[in-house]
Amino acid sequence: MIRIDSVTKRYPDGTVAVDRLSLEIPDRSITVLVGPSGCGKTTTLRMINRMVEPTEGTILLDGEDVQHQPVTTLRRNMGYVIQNAGLFQHRTIADNIATVPRMLGWGKQRARERAAELMERVGLDASLARRYPYQLSGGQQQRVGVARALAADPPVLLMDEPFSAVDPVVRKGLQDELLRLQDELGKTIVFVTHDIDEAIRLGTMVAVLREGGRLAQYAPPAELLSNPADAFVEDFLGADRGIRRLSFYTSDALELTTDAVVPADAPAERLAAVEAPYLLVTDVDGRPRGWRERGSDGDRLLSYGRPFRPGVDSLRAALDCAVLSPTGWAVAVDADGKVTGVVSQQTIGEAIRAAHTHAEPDAGEDPARGEDEKVAG
Amino acid sequence: MNVLNFVQAFFGDSAHWHGYDGIPSRFLEHVQYTLLALAVAAAVGLPVGLLTGHTGRGGNAIAVVANAARALPSFGLLVLSVLLIGFGLLPVMIPLVVLAVPPILVTTYEAVRTVDPAPVDAARGMGMPEPGILFRVEVPVALPLILSGLRSAAVQIVSTATIGAYVSLGGLGRYVVDGLYQRDYEKVVGGATLVAVLALITLALFWAVGRFAVSPGVRRR
Repeated sequence: MIRIDSVTKRYPDGTVAVDRLSLEIPDRSITVLVGPSGCGKTTTLRMINRMVEPTEGTILLDGEDVQHQPVTTLRRNMGYVIQNAGLFQHRTIADNIATVPRMLGWGKQRARERAAELMERVGLDASLARRYPYQLSGGQQQRVGVARALAADPPVLLMDEPFSAVDPVVRKGLQDELLRLQDELGKTIVFVTHDIDEAIRLGTMVAVLREGGRLAQYAPPAELLSNPADAFVEDFLGADRGIRRLSFYTSDALELTTDAVVPADAPAERLAAVEAPYLLVTDVDGRPRGWRERGSDGDRLLSYGRPFRPGVDSLRAALDCAVLSPTGWAVAVDADGKVTGVVSQQTIGEAIRAAHTHAEPDAGEDPARGEDEKVAG
Repeated sequence: MNVLNFVQAFFGDSAHWHGYDGIPSRFLEHVQYTLLALAVAAAVGLPVGLLTGHTGRGGNAIAVVANAARALPSFGLLVLSVLLIGFGLLPVMIPLVVLAVPPILVTTYEAVRTVDPAPVDAARGMGMPEPGILFRVEVPVALPLILSGLRSAAVQIVSTATIGAYVSLGGLGRYVVDGLYQRDYEKVVGGATLVAVLALITLALFWAVGRFAVSPGVRRR
């Protein structure tokens, strides 16, 4: 565990970058430091590996003061990823990744094998090993940056706005990749960003800092969204935090109905028996084809929008499907894309209210986090 | 008779290829002066440039020294140092070195100072010691610019070493100075041609070194 204990950083000109900050960073999870520019988040990160020395206070790594450790040893045990990756342009991708192992005295062969293993792990094609950084895209370079930080298998990973310089689509891919990697590796990650959505998406715990380097709130993302500590945090979270909070509620408790789901070849009596104003027509495999207005002829179908998967997607995704659907009903499908039922906006609304009541005692539960946005985001 | 005839006559005369005043020995002398002056200038300019560029401190002092040195007239300095020290190799080396240090010092400083700070930060953050950062991160990237500083210094030394002959030094300048004195224009033109050839050879050598020493990742091809 990393423990930041009332740390202050004051520069000679009197500027206070970090002001009596205390944080406990849990092991094997992603802790995000987020805040506007000038809030001291990067300074805080850089004090952990002593790129910046604190004026007051201590930082403990597994109970030991980082000040008491040789700086090179300390840093070699912490992966360090920065914006724009900061790759060595005169070295090949494999050599870039092998930097720390080589510093630690690994043999050439072993370091090269390790580099190849990591390239695969972060989703880089093996053919890129002999290339140089300028031949790679921004997203690929950032993957190399992550691989390089992981090379000596450090228990701690410090990431300073690593995905800020790439476009939104690539950034989302990198975020997914980081969550997947974290599932496999279980590192203690400290992640700095100015993007609150990124913080909520990635963080197990999120520390919101305000100007002058003071801690505004330290909480799991779901709690941040439901109970912002003050006006500053609320403002920083943005307008639609109510909707975003739904990302943390699972959709598996939604009551689905199959009354209005009919196969394309259903007899007329079956159609007439349905009371709902719209019928969801499915094909022979049970996959959705479209909505049919009651009484209209069978050829004209309305789009069914985007379906959601109960249990896998969050309530936010389910609500999004219902809002996008021209009929106001969301379509639920299973892993094979077969319709398991439909659900109305009204029912989703009831489920949201129930989830809110249920969530109050332990707002930290987040069964569906990270999954929903793959469909709904 | 035009210049080409002079050139042909000079190089065609077999007498010019032998003895202490022959082309090979004068050429070798010139090369030796150049290498000596370049080595001394590099020994001064490179370490100071690398250190100031790495720390980012002392840039103003470097600019002042470099501009002052550039403003010095090399011929005047040569005469002055001969008057002060007397004839010999040392008084000729002084202006050559003084002339060669500024381009080496200034370009090395600039080359290292302007290296992208991100890889340097990354290297420091992964626990690379400072000398490692300088020589394994900054210098490889700054190398093309550092070489260009050395190259312009070398070319400048080649051409300036010619005037050493005025104060009785050897080298290719002998042909030019003696030729003028003896009104032997064949010799003047021949000497000047040889100096130009040596300057071109110097350029070619630096180009080859650059091809060999600079990483393809920095050359970007």
